[in-house]
Amino acid sequence: MNIIVCVSHVPDTTTRINVAGDAKSIDAAGVKFILNPYDEFAVEEALRLRDKLKGEVTVVTVGADNAKEALRQALAMGADKGVLVKGEKKDSWQVAEMLATAIKPLNADLILLGKQSIDFDGMEIAPMLSELLNLPAVTVAVALNIEDTKATVEKEVEGGREVIEIDLPCIIAAQKGLNDPRYPSLPNIMKAKQKPIAEVQGAPSAARTEVVQMTKPEKKRANKIFKTDGNATHAAQELARMLHEDAKVI
Amino acid sequence: MNILVYLEDRNGQIRKPSLEAISAAHALGGTVSVAIVAADASALIEQAKSLNVSSVIVASDARLTNYSSRAFGRALAAIAKEAKADVIIIGATGRGKDLAPRVAVRLEAGYVPEITALSIDGGEILATHPVYAGKAQMVMKVTTPIKVFSTRPNLWKAPKDGVTGEPTMQNVAVDWSDADFKEHTKDLVLSQGKLDVAEADIIVSGGRGLRGPENWPLIEDLAQAFGAATGASRAVVDAGWRPHSEQVGQTGKTVSPTLYVAVGISGAVQHLAGMSSAKTIVAINKDENAPIFSIADYGIIGDAFEILPPLTEEIKKLRGH
Repeated sequence: MNIIVCVSHVPDTTTRINVAGDAKSIDAAGVKFILNPYDEFAVEEALRLRDKLKGEVTVVTVGADNAKEALRQALAMGADKGVLVKGEKKDSWQVAEMLATAIKPLNADLILLGKQSIDFDGMEIAPMLSELLNLPAVTVAVALNIEDTKATVEKEVEGGREVIEIDLPCIIAAQKGLNDPRYPSLPNIMKAKQKPIAEVQGAPSAARTEVVQMTKPEKKRANKIFKTDGNATHAAQELARMLHEDAKVI
Repeated sequence: MNILVYLEDRNGQIRKPSLEAISAAHALGGTVSVAIVAADASALIEQAKSLNVSSVIVASDARLTNYSSRAFGRALAAIAKEAKADVIIIGATGRGKDLAPRVAVRLEAGYVPEITALSIDGGEILATHPVYAGKAQMVMKVTTPIKVFSTRPNLWKAPKDGVTGEPTMQNVAVDWSDADFKEHTKDLVLSQGKLDVAEADIIVSGGRGLRGPENWPLIEDLAQAFGAATGASRAVVDAGWRPHSEQVGQTGKTVSPTLYVAVGISGAVQHLAGMSSAKTIVAINKDENAPIFSIADYGIIGDAFEILPPLTEEIKKLRGH
């Protein structure tokens, strides 16, 4: 089985975001970048399927040289090789386009990725790849079972789950809950340094969206905080009154 | 400007995020049409008539009983062409977030996902898209002639029902292929009576301060008194007390309810990112230095086990139960 995993290199979840001087992007100084958490579920699923069904796992990312760190992290988990598509990405369409171009010649049986990257939170790449590569896709997958050339996927939807049948080759976007990603062991981290990373040049078409301005949301809060002072019932009544009369939310 | 809104349904009922998308469309001005993609469109057409829209455009086929992403994508793109749509707005539900980028690719259109605001400035449409789970937001412009947006649930009011218009009706023939149905939904399993945290107007969330899953009924009782959905912090989900579908935060769901009640949640930066756009935030926590208090509108420093039962009673009284 030939499995491709698309990964993204994103700021760590604990990062506090500061807007850069151009007011259109974040200030990357001092920001720690990690493998996108949702992509870890995709990598883990790929490794399990490879070990069960035999084959190879290739991780692909789009970005500058530093995006190799995300590839190395996936290689340390156990992926076999990496591909860095070098290219500037101004919108998700361009990312999908560069991924599609790099993936097309690889004859994948299965393409896995996280349901979204935690930087732009767009959830766009899987459906866009589906259209660009002409392959069926399921997003927000919390369970995946493959038998021959058919997959059964459980997708999380509002208030429940959908059970979806899909023909391989296909694209599956992972949601938390699909599995428990492994931690790379020290020997595997060492081994990952020797694994091959190919570099290709991406050539996206023109961007279709443009950032006009990036800001940090600042909302004024009433900040009426008080203590129970030993009378929790009274405090609860006071809070309920405020929600009713002051905030008017009940 | 021709605006097309996709009407998503569940069991023959138009879903609220689609109605909210219609409000977003009306606020932009222009002519608003709605798109229906269904095996049997009759019930949806009836509902669409009371939505104050100019036209209802339908793509129907027996194979559309269940959602199939590529088949629905092809149909919606065909409808958009028929409607000569300049703008397509789709509620950012699970389905909407699958459909919108597909339609964008099919129409060579730029797409801004999960927008929280839409406006026109100097003839230019500006859409606000929160990033980093709400730690920042981007005002975006689409540079292609056709523009696609998905609207985050809960931020626009659904239009009032009962405004009967006389929309023109139209059917579109779609050139589906078998390949469009290589993926289809076989079954939908709903957890009965549960409000989803992503769409709820009020959310009561619990954190590690609840000490264990056996104390969760305190959260559920308060949620029920409010008519709210229950949410959870990452610590609680990782500990296995609650399913990840309830997790609020950067690796969970980003929510924008009217009221968010955080109980026993200290407020890690990842959690704050996911809920800080709530209109009103209430925090209940023993630790007065908990970061959650810095973004709360109202808060009680105290023991949740003592505060929740009387609070539940008060809310019940106020809501007339």
